[in-house]
Amino acid sequence: MQDKQLLLDIQGITKRFGNLVANDRIGLQLQEGEILALLGENGAGKTTLMNILFGHYVADEGSITVSGIPLQPGSPREALKAGLGMVHQHFTLAENMTVLDNIMLGTESMFSFGRKDGRAREKIRRLCDQYELDVDHRSLVKHLSVGQRQRVEILKALYRDTRILILDEPTAVLTPQESDHLFATLQLLVEKGLAVIFITHKLREVVAASDRCVVLRHGRVTYTSVTAETSIDVLAREMVGGEIPEVRRPPVQSGANLLKLDTITVSDPHHYTLLDNLSLTVNSGEIIGIAGVSGNGQTHLADLISGLITPNSGTLCLHGSEVKKFSPQDMIHHGVGRIPEDRTGTGLIGDMTVKENLALENYTRSPFSRFGLLNFKALSHRTREITSCYDVRCGGPDSAARNMSGGNMQKLILGRVLSENPTVIIANQPTWGLDVGATAFVHRQLIEASRNGAGVIVISEDLDELFTVADFIHVMYKGTLSERIRPADTSARDLGLAMSGQRSVLHSVSLKEVQS
Amino acid sequence: MDILHLLLETGFWVATVRMATPLIFGTLGELICERAGVLNLGIEGIMAAGCMAGWTWVYFGGDLWTGIVFAAFIGAMFGLLHSLFTVHLGLSQHVTGLGITMLASALSSFIFRMLLPSATTPPKIVPFAPVKIPVLGDIPVLGEILFYQSPVTLLAFLAVIGVAWFLYKTPAGLALCMTGENPMAVESQGLSVFAIRTLAVMAGSALMAIGGAFLTMSAFDAYYIGMVNGRGWICIALVVFSSWKPGKALLGAVLFAAFDAMQMRVQQQASMVVPYQFYLMMPYVFSILALIIMSRRSAYPKALLIPFRKGER
Amino acid sequence: MRLEPRENISLLHRAMVPVGAALVALLVCSVLIVWAGASPFEALLLFIKGSVGSKFAVSETLTRTIPLIFTGLAAAVAFRAKLWNIGAEGQLYAGACIATWLGTGLIDLPGWLMLPLLFAAGAVAGGLLLLGPTMLKNWLAVDEVVTTLLLNFIVLLFVNWLVFGPWKDPMAMGWPQAAPVVDSAILEPLIAKTRLHWGLVIGLVAALCVWLVMRYTTWGYEIRAVGCNRKASTFVGIPVNSVIIRTALISGGLAGCAGVSELCGLKGYLTLDLSPGFGYSGIVVAMLAALHPIGVVFSALFIAMLSIGADSMSRSLNISNYIADVATAVSLLAVLVSMLLTRYRIRWR
Repeated sequence: MQDKQLLLDIQGITKRFGNLVANDRIGLQLQEGEILALLGENGAGKTTLMNILFGHYVADEGSITVSGIPLQPGSPREALKAGLGMVHQHFTLAENMTVLDNIMLGTESMFSFGRKDGRAREKIRRLCDQYELDVDHRSLVKHLSVGQRQRVEILKALYRDTRILILDEPTAVLTPQESDHLFATLQLLVEKGLAVIFITHKLREVVAASDRCVVLRHGRVTYTSVTAETSIDVLAREMVGGEIPEVRRPPVQSGANLLKLDTITVSDPHHYTLLDNLSLTVNSGEIIGIAGVSGNGQTHLADLISGLITPNSGTLCLHGSEVKKFSPQDMIHHGVGRIPEDRTGTGLIGDMTVKENLALENYTRSPFSRFGLLNFKALSHRTREITSCYDVRCGGPDSAARNMSGGNMQKLILGRVLSENPTVIIANQPTWGLDVGATAFVHRQLIEASRNGAGVIVISEDLDELFTVADFIHVMYKGTLSERIRPADTSARDLGLAMSGQRSVLHSVSLKEVQS
Repeated sequence: MDILHLLLETGFWVATVRMATPLIFGTLGELICERAGVLNLGIEGIMAAGCMAGWTWVYFGGDLWTGIVFAAFIGAMFGLLHSLFTVHLGLSQHVTGLGITMLASALSSFIFRMLLPSATTPPKIVPFAPVKIPVLGDIPVLGEILFYQSPVTLLAFLAVIGVAWFLYKTPAGLALCMTGENPMAVESQGLSVFAIRTLAVMAGSALMAIGGAFLTMSAFDAYYIGMVNGRGWICIALVVFSSWKPGKALLGAVLFAAFDAMQMRVQQQASMVVPYQFYLMMPYVFSILALIIMSRRSAYPKALLIPFRKGER
Repeated sequence: MRLEPRENISLLHRAMVPVGAALVALLVCSVLIVWAGASPFEALLLFIKGSVGSKFAVSETLTRTIPLIFTGLAAAVAFRAKLWNIGAEGQLYAGACIATWLGTGLIDLPGWLMLPLLFAAGAVAGGLLLLGPTMLKNWLAVDEVVTTLLLNFIVLLFVNWLVFGPWKDPMAMGWPQAAPVVDSAILEPLIAKTRLHWGLVIGLVAALCVWLVMRYTTWGYEIRAVGCNRKASTFVGIPVNSVIIRTALISGGLAGCAGVSELCGLKGYLTLDLSPGFGYSGIVVAMLAALHPIGVVFSALFIAMLSIGADSMSRSLNISNYIADVATAVSLLAVLVSMLLTRYRIRWR
């Protein structure tokens, strides 16, 4: 290791936003041929650091040196030229353009009169061979799978002769097998002399794939270690800064049937099948986890149960009676509590007040309105009740919802839904982007609701989350659901295989066994 | 019968191509703005400003071609204003565009009145004369329709080819299209979304202004207040009709002008039966119909109308 | 340059918005006036004199305020739901057309019945005219900005045909205008010997009603929710499409009322110069008021002052009265920026 070149040297980076210190004297070194894992909770300052590195922000203090040359701050162009490459968590690809277009963007002079497509194709082919990346440069990005898109992003960086590749939460949307594939690629990259930083909060991956790890908390580097000399427990404690809140799950006691989906099929207007002959049973007291790689129909399943889409065939029964009319109002009326995937986009209306947001699903009912007139007193009263009961920190009932943090937004939505005592709860990615404390809070609330007799469906891409809360798991793949699986009877590996279509590895639970 | 006869007449097609010219410029200009993700509802006013600027330049002794350049410059300045508001400040593209239209129209009228306070009949200039292109202009029928037109019309054809080449064959064109599809992709590759959008809106507005200048410097020889008369709004409909493609924009503009030329001819022949006002409504009705027909399949730029803020996701 | 959201927005900040916009408009116009060779101070003096300097001036300004209140409310309501109704001009004429049709002899009822009937009919006509573009927006996602704009041209040509053709008043000595409305359809003057009519009271009541609806009813709540976030509104079960259609009917109806009020209160007969672009100025009025219904009354007054004052000032100084249009456009753009500055602060790096 001694004779290896120091590729990246970050010294004393500090960045303040008003009173908030997002980065506090951060120092970080990266050598050639090294994979570094950068760990930290949401809000620990990882994103800010990356934005500084890539010139989107300018640091208040500190310096960055790449390959021995100081990096000019505040210029994305300089960062790219210095050999920094980034793969964002949300891919920065234009879906309606080809892979070639996406890779070539910005690599040629803006004053040139013609694109040199031929030369670019040649280089892409060479890179694909060299790093065993399998991508067709002619296809439109919108036709590619998530894994393929990620490879395009890596290719984009390699095409620019990147020496330091940074990946932000690269495995968030991958199956365990795809993740392994990614880590193999990364290994290949560092063998050829590159250096890799990957940002994550999944501890298992850190241990599996990195050479060294750095933990960020409240904007500071709190822990650095060679990966081989540390453990998951230590890392977890360092990341959270104390003991991890424990979520206790009492044993399941399945009760009466609440929700039954029978051979449901949903197609889009172009006759493309979204949900394919899908059946699902949810009983009182159960938490059902839906695992799967995003884009396999989870959103449509959630939309169906939320009343946003109508099935083309099949039946949906709530409490034994068939639902004929699919609309959000009808579903709410039948006691379905809906926690949406995108809390800022669909869960809340940021420009309205906290009070108004809490009224969204029941403003037509007494006492919140009478004869079409809103009852502000009743609304304020309820708002105070919910905000104290669900520990929502906000500037009062009349403050704008957009000023709240992600965790408080989710608590507000939970409060809105759970205070109506729903019998069936559909929660789509309920803890996405939340810190450990808020995640535990959400899990505890869902478990409590189920033990009080509700049937809960949790859709998640995070297998750890499902192992924490779910009594039974279904794996979703291409619009179909696997049989019910008990978490104890399976492993992350097997679920991963099932998520990529190999169902045979799973041991399903028969329904009789459940009800006995 | 009559219509068939009309379609075979060379003079009809000459008129069609002439009438299509401002629409071609306007549609191309709007197309460039929207491809970069910015709706430019300032088009109606910017065309009026182009009308005014080009005409004034020539009236006060300028040369015709520098008049076109001057009109383009004025257009680009309004484009700069629009991009300052919508791109840099992220204001509503709808309301800002309408504001630009109001401002540009009002300023044009005000300055026209100020420069010529006592003119009762609109003063005239010597407009562009049709130019016959050697060889090509001698082709029977087609030569007369396409290559014996005002030079500004020929410029419009060149602009279509130029814009198409730019969008599909140059690195800068790729960056422009990407900006309208996913600005984050552009920013992450070290290019400035703000700069690209600003330049696109300026260039697009310059083209719109040239379209306006054609009206006073080639189609007519004087400036009237309100002479753009909704052509800008029609161009916006034509951009949707063209699915944001330059070739189809040309097609749409010519098709549209053909209908317009046809209604004028029919109006002259049969004005007794249907009042002329109904013929004049046709362009607007056709625009709405075009929007309805294309609504199902139009693949608009994904980032259209969405302001980009640095560092936000 | 970056925009940073402000934590809390004080009332002072909000109040500064229209004031700042007016100042910017004043500044730009001063430049134009200096360029035209006049003194801006003299111009300002003449402007104030012409808009509020005498009983006559005040009555003229208030008369001009009336249609602007209606079209301003029309834009304010629609824009709240993010329905971009730019067709108030056409809807105004649609209202005036129906009122002309009913009011020039087809029916003759006592005034207390006739006027409400005409207003109702005008509102229905305006609302129905906006219904088409709204349906196209809801079902086919056709941009309503372009369709409503284009409809303005179609409606104006239609009115053109009416007043030159079938409705042309033979008694009007060849002028293109329709027959005058019957006496019972006339909105009486509010103050004797001025043109100020009862339309002002109706406009103020309309503004109050719109404010009450937007603030205190579930309808207003739904309109605001749909406007702020359409996706979330759909998710929580607000009937988004019918809310938008309802909004369209209210908005178009208010614009239609502007036409009836101008017809019955000011002109008395339908002509092509019934509205010098009140539909478009309504957008400015609404934006200046930050879409607040009560604010609309004040911003309508401001825009009315602009045009009446500029008219009189430009006559005295021999400057084109298009300066009023310039001032209106500048204040629209200025108010957009100052509204942004209340929510964000600009950081230069």
